[in-house]
Amino acid sequence: MTTDWTRRTAAEIADALAAGEVTSAEVTQAHLDRIAAVDGPVHAFLHVDAEGALAQAAESDARRAAGAPLHALDGVPIAVKDVLATDGLPTTCGSKILEGWVPPYDATVVAKLRAAGLPILGKTNMDEFAMGSSTEHSAYGATHNPWDLDRIPGGSGGGSAAAVAAFEAPLALGTDTGGSIRQPGAVTGTVGVKPTYGGVSRYGLVALANSLDQVGPVTRTVLDSALLHELIGGHDPRDSTSIDQPLPPLVEAARQGATGDLSGVKVGIITELSGDGWQAGVMTRFQESVDLLVKAGAEVVEVSCPTFVHALATYYLILPAEASSNLAKFDAMRYGLRVWPAEGASAEEVMRATRDAGFGDEVKRRIILGTYALSSGYYDAYYGTAQKVRTLISRDFEAAFEQVDVLVSPTAPTTAFKLGEKLDDPIAMYLNDLATIPANLAGVPGISVPAGLAAEDGLPVGFQILAPALADDRCYRVGAALEALLLEQWGGPLVPPEENLS
Amino acid sequence: MTDTLVAFDDVLASYDPAMGLEVHVELNTVTKMFCGCPTEFGAEPNTQVCPTCLGLPGAMPVVNGKAVESAIRIGLALNCDIAEWCRFARKNYFYPDMPKNFQTSQYDEPIAFEGFMDVDVDGETFRVEIERAHMEEDTGKATHVGGATGRIHGADHSLIDYNRAGIPLIEIVTKPILGAGAKAPDVARAYVSQLRDLIVALGVSEARMDQGNLRADVNLSLSPKGSGTLGTRSETKNVNSFRSVERAVRYEMSRHAAVLDAGEKVLQETRHWHEDTGVTTSGREKSDAEDYRYFPEPDLVPVAPSREWVEELRGTLPENPVAKRARLQGDWGYTDLEMRDVVAAGVVGLIEETVAAGASPQAARKWWLSELGRRANDAGVDITDLGVAPAQVAAVQALVDGGSLNDKLARQVFDGLLAGEGTPEEVVAARGLAIVSDEGALSAAVDGAIAANPDVADKIRDGKVAAAGALIGAVMKEMRGQADAGRVRELILEKLS
Repeated sequence: MTTDWTRRTAAEIADALAAGEVTSAEVTQAHLDRIAAVDGPVHAFLHVDAEGALAQAAESDARRAAGAPLHALDGVPIAVKDVLATDGLPTTCGSKILEGWVPPYDATVVAKLRAAGLPILGKTNMDEFAMGSSTEHSAYGATHNPWDLDRIPGGSGGGSAAAVAAFEAPLALGTDTGGSIRQPGAVTGTVGVKPTYGGVSRYGLVALANSLDQVGPVTRTVLDSALLHELIGGHDPRDSTSIDQPLPPLVEAARQGATGDLSGVKVGIITELSGDGWQAGVMTRFQESVDLLVKAGAEVVEVSCPTFVHALATYYLILPAEASSNLAKFDAMRYGLRVWPAEGASAEEVMRATRDAGFGDEVKRRIILGTYALSSGYYDAYYGTAQKVRTLISRDFEAAFEQVDVLVSPTAPTTAFKLGEKLDDPIAMYLNDLATIPANLAGVPGISVPAGLAAEDGLPVGFQILAPALADDRCYRVGAALEALLLEQWGGPLVPPEENLS
Repeated sequence: MTDTLVAFDDVLASYDPAMGLEVHVELNTVTKMFCGCPTEFGAEPNTQVCPTCLGLPGAMPVVNGKAVESAIRIGLALNCDIAEWCRFARKNYFYPDMPKNFQTSQYDEPIAFEGFMDVDVDGETFRVEIERAHMEEDTGKATHVGGATGRIHGADHSLIDYNRAGIPLIEIVTKPILGAGAKAPDVARAYVSQLRDLIVALGVSEARMDQGNLRADVNLSLSPKGSGTLGTRSETKNVNSFRSVERAVRYEMSRHAAVLDAGEKVLQETRHWHEDTGVTTSGREKSDAEDYRYFPEPDLVPVAPSREWVEELRGTLPENPVAKRARLQGDWGYTDLEMRDVVAAGVVGLIEETVAAGASPQAARKWWLSELGRRANDAGVDITDLGVAPAQVAAVQALVDGGSLNDKLARQVFDGLLAGEGTPEEVVAARGLAIVSDEGALSAAVDGAIAANPDVADKIRDGKVAAAGALIGAVMKEMRGQADAGRVRELILEKLS
């Protein structure tokens, strides 16, 4: 019987590579074949680098043959969200304005992948400049949820989540500004982690909102996320906001959690993140998971974080403000799209025409919002007030973490909705991130773990675990425990029906 | 269009001037403000760039610690308070020479604030209050091609060199300078000049105005005499010499007065200074509504210099230039006029080093101010870049004092030094410049000159000693300049007495 290496976890592939049961070239080829077979309907990738990935795989195999692998994950292929700069590979951020741009440098996290020997399969689809919760705002077409191709895979990192869910890659990198790793994880039945702000370098991440963005792992298991997180994390002198201290032991925490014992762990359910508008099937699966945590020995209490109800409004002032300034550099002067409105047009006219043609509607909406929020006379009322509320949200977290070790909630209020369903209603779209945004505002880490399928639609539900800043290990311990107990209950992982993908 | 102007004295009869000076100082750090690119001047365009200073997507800034140190030292030297905690801010506006379309600067949290500088104007002290000194990055440099003026208007296309993008700048902003009256132009000039001396003494910048290391913007407004109000200001950009600062203030005062006298309103606008014609012309109109949408730079952490560090830096400050100047004038025995000349020529430091190397203050002044100043002027370089070191000047003067060179030969030694022919002694040897001290040869030459000019010799014999000059000239010519003119004169007078 042949082994389908695409069905294996990254940890299993790493073990098999170490044991000489398979080569990186075989594993990489298997994933490239899988991409060729299913990515038509899924459209998780914007760019596939078969040649580059196979060359890196061959180098990995040569190193291993020489007895000198670079890392435990040396040879395990990975997909990278198209918002991360990759030397020699196109980087579009899902936008027409960057069509054809090939960065001359690697993001620090990408450089770390290369230094560890992980073949890069390609770049994954995303909402334009990471603005969205459905990947429908990609200028290159939406990604489809492998569980139901008529539904969204979440966003902005729907490409990375769908690639991992559809077995096109064992690992992927995402970025999370308000839930762009965790919410796609929830709706595609995968694991997604937003590390502590400053825990992973942002150098080479094309900023959406600098004070909120974090790079993090997208995988099918909690252990795989821990392995990848340890690889990409740590201080980077090129990122002033990166934290200059070692990461807590994440893989160790995941292994400890996998024993299923949570004695002594105190868990808080966030009162404000449930209620009206939360899908019944989501709440049912959430409650079942909470019950499992209790069974594992955790003490569960309810904790109120009253300012969280203002998180969405706060976020939609801070994010557009930062984004409006970040996106100013896309002016056709040095790289990317250039539109000439007329022969002999001035630089200003070229900038205007290029930005008009190159940015999508959602991007324009947020540039206008942010420009307004920062304007003289409005700054204090909008941006200034938002920063104050942000501080209050951090204080709510601090108070909550004095009572409990971790906070939990459903990752998203609903399961995956239909493509197009919320495209004309930005507020409805924004509400998807209600539960994930507070962590970004406060800089604390969070993980989304699959919690089963909602009874009413058979679609995946995510369980979110939040921990204090720098205590990412708690997310892994509790997440791995829940994962182990659920797998035991289910008798194996829940995977999207294969017939969907053909 | 020519501006209508009012005579300077008439301006003062009706109006009080108010000035605000903004000086940008380009620091001499080895690397840029937010990345590791070199800052060296004059490299091929766009060779000293990286993802960060080009503003490529994803790149991030990291603060240059040396630039912060320089900013703090400048702030301390200007008697400022140093912020315990301050941030960078983004100043948002679109321009092709700005890689990110925002400038990383400081806004309401400058590194240094509330200081002053006492400037010396014709022996009187005038206190200029400093509002703030803040850190920021320079933009790229645009060259507009194809237009008549070299400005963007009318240009065919523009070339942009991003080597300058990200070079650290300190912007020093004064509070409104009031009450200077007729001395406003002199106060402005003296302030910028003394500020430059301070920057040079701190060693934080090349501080060359001709290369744009130091750039002054002159804000000026007039108000009805005695009203105590502030009028609408114009902002004259990039005034790049001390003299131009003075002239620009004078010009704007005359122009504003003409506008106000005509019952019109002064436009709040940016103006360009024209060095050649000595006038300003209108640039873009600027209103208070111009909105840079400043907000704290989220990619950088706050700068929080410890008080220990600030005090340590205070200990590195050079002597106050005004006090130092007074001390040196006393030490050197210069007259006020002599001192003013060497200050204006920017050679105080060079003279100081030359004196330290053994030359007399008067000899050092003579060489730097006349001979070497002229050569620098001819070569179009700053005197500090001429290629002659103070120690060399002292060595040449030592040879003159020792009698082996005269001034004329010494000038030839400087030729050799500038041609890179070695030390002064080596130049003298190689070029055979030493004075002939062979009394026999000298005596014979004097005899020859007397014989060839009998009428001159007769005049000298008759007591017209001044006529000796003609014979000295003849002897020097015979000796190809390599004689001690004093000794020649002695010999002539001996032989004809």
